[in-house]
Amino acid sequence: MSATDTTTQERPIGRRGPYAELFFALMRSGTFLTGFAIVLFWVICALFGEHFTPYDPLADDIINALSPPSAEHWFGTDQIGRDVFSRVIVGSRDILTVAPLATLLATVAGTALGLFTGYFRGIADDIVSRVLEAFMAIPVVIVALLAIVALGTSKATVIVVIGLSFAPIIARTVRSAVLAERELDYVAAAQLRHESAFHTMFVEILPNVIPPILVETTVRLGYAIFAVATLSFMGFGIQPPSPDWGLSISNNYGMIGGGFWWTVLFDALAIASLVIGVNLVTDGIQGALND
Amino acid sequence: MVFLGGQVLPGNVGRAILGPFADQRAVDTLNHTLGVDRPLLTQYWSWISGFVQGDMGTSYVLRRPVAPEVIRALGNSLKLAAVAFALVVPIGILGGVVAALNLNRPLDRIISLGGLSVTVLPEFVTGIILILIFGVWLRWLPISAAWPRDAGFFTQLYYLILPSLPLFLVLFGYIARMARAGMIEALDSDYTRTAVLKGLPWRTVIWRHVLRNALLPTITVIATQTGYLIGGLVVIETLFRYQGIGSLIFTAARGKDFPMLESGILTIGIVYAVATLAADFLYSVLNPRIRLGGEQ
Repeated sequence: MSATDTTTQERPIGRRGPYAELFFALMRSGTFLTGFAIVLFWVICALFGEHFTPYDPLADDIINALSPPSAEHWFGTDQIGRDVFSRVIVGSRDILTVAPLATLLATVAGTALGLFTGYFRGIADDIVSRVLEAFMAIPVVIVALLAIVALGTSKATVIVVIGLSFAPIIARTVRSAVLAERELDYVAAAQLRHESAFHTMFVEILPNVIPPILVETTVRLGYAIFAVATLSFMGFGIQPPSPDWGLSISNNYGMIGGGFWWTVLFDALAIASLVIGVNLVTDGIQGALND
Repeated sequence: MVFLGGQVLPGNVGRAILGPFADQRAVDTLNHTLGVDRPLLTQYWSWISGFVQGDMGTSYVLRRPVAPEVIRALGNSLKLAAVAFALVVPIGILGGVVAALNLNRPLDRIISLGGLSVTVLPEFVTGIILILIFGVWLRWLPISAAWPRDAGFFTQLYYLILPSLPLFLVLFGYIARMARAGMIEALDSDYTRTAVLKGLPWRTVIWRHVLRNALLPTITVIATQTGYLIGGLVVIETLFRYQGIGSLIFTAARGKDFPMLESGILTIGIVYAVATLAADFLYSVLNPRIRLGGEQ
């Protein structure tokens, strides 16, 4: 109670809180707004895509198979006559479900691990840190390949594999932030009040390390989209008949030698735009926090 | 660890190879021939002792010894990686240096933003776009990396350009960014100011004082990217149908060919360790402040 009182009194009149500050900085950042617009577009497609696609993305039409882009089919049709435009629009759904969930898992697990290792240090920290380093040395694609061969392909497996592969990286970021915070007076004050370690970690320290966690989460979201798209392309990610972009490319790239470019180009551009959009958002947030 | 991941989790190998409709007796016989019905520790011992002696076991699917396959695939992958590195290291460093010398001018913006954008794209996406541009529309380069038999060095090189470009694009961003950051720091330092103030020509300052200090971190980054490169190779080799270690692992993973899968991954682990060690060594050669061996 007293803590909130002092902060309100010390804050000069008309000054905004730290998050309002961040919000207004983001609203002025062209990088952030561009990225946000791209991501928002694909989120809307993922949520409501089937309401405004001209065709059913899963309906085949063998007679019109592999027809080039035209007035009826803006992006052409694939090898069994499905409308590529409709598939690209709805194709955002699975990747925008799996990648954010994997990132969320990585953030929650990584934050908990980072708080724990950074706050307690000592032997527990040493052991956990070494294990995490060993884990990070193996390329994600290889880990994912092994795990998915072993556990079978499903969205849940992909989420867990990517989430757990990224958790150590987030844990490392959080840990270094916590190491700096735990030396500050407010942590000593909490310890002198005999607050529990849990309370000190999650109620006192956590709110102060949110900015680095926020940045790291958006960075990881970019990589998660990268990883999900790659795994789907390899056949270890999202499974047919989903119109997912990586999966469509993997089904159709064998035919590009025959000149059927429209079956893969638009999916490739869709992935590219989503990944770049997320990275612009990340850059915008990073820039706003550094100012 | 690789052994455990590959061997323990996936269940019945004979069943996986013969399919769900095979006779149970056939499955048992195959399992016995392959030796996968023996206790785990026995299997592990015969595998690891064999690996050390250069015997990687017999492929479940091809029924041929694994070692020659892995070595051939590794050779092919090293060719591809060598082409990619030969392109990206000079151009990436040049890009970073040029960006730093034009700090905050349009050229710097173009290099930094362009490098960042291509770095974050998955390799198969840039790969597809490059195949479409150079292979399908312009018809300058072959769309597959499988060169004709008995192809000479330059023919092979010609077939490897397109597959190495996606790897080039991803690595370019990292290397250029590190070189740029190193340059900015070195340009801003006291020794550069001293060199300029004592009247050395700008060219000499850059070559002798700035570059030598600026490129140290870049070398470390190049070495750590070997780990990434391996992941990238899996995707690129699949996309271009190239018989390298990445596609070997991918095929083995799909066909549940465990001796092949484990040997492939362990080989990659060894390559990675050697690359990291080589980077440490190179770093100590270039930086007199760090000496291996602990002499004062």
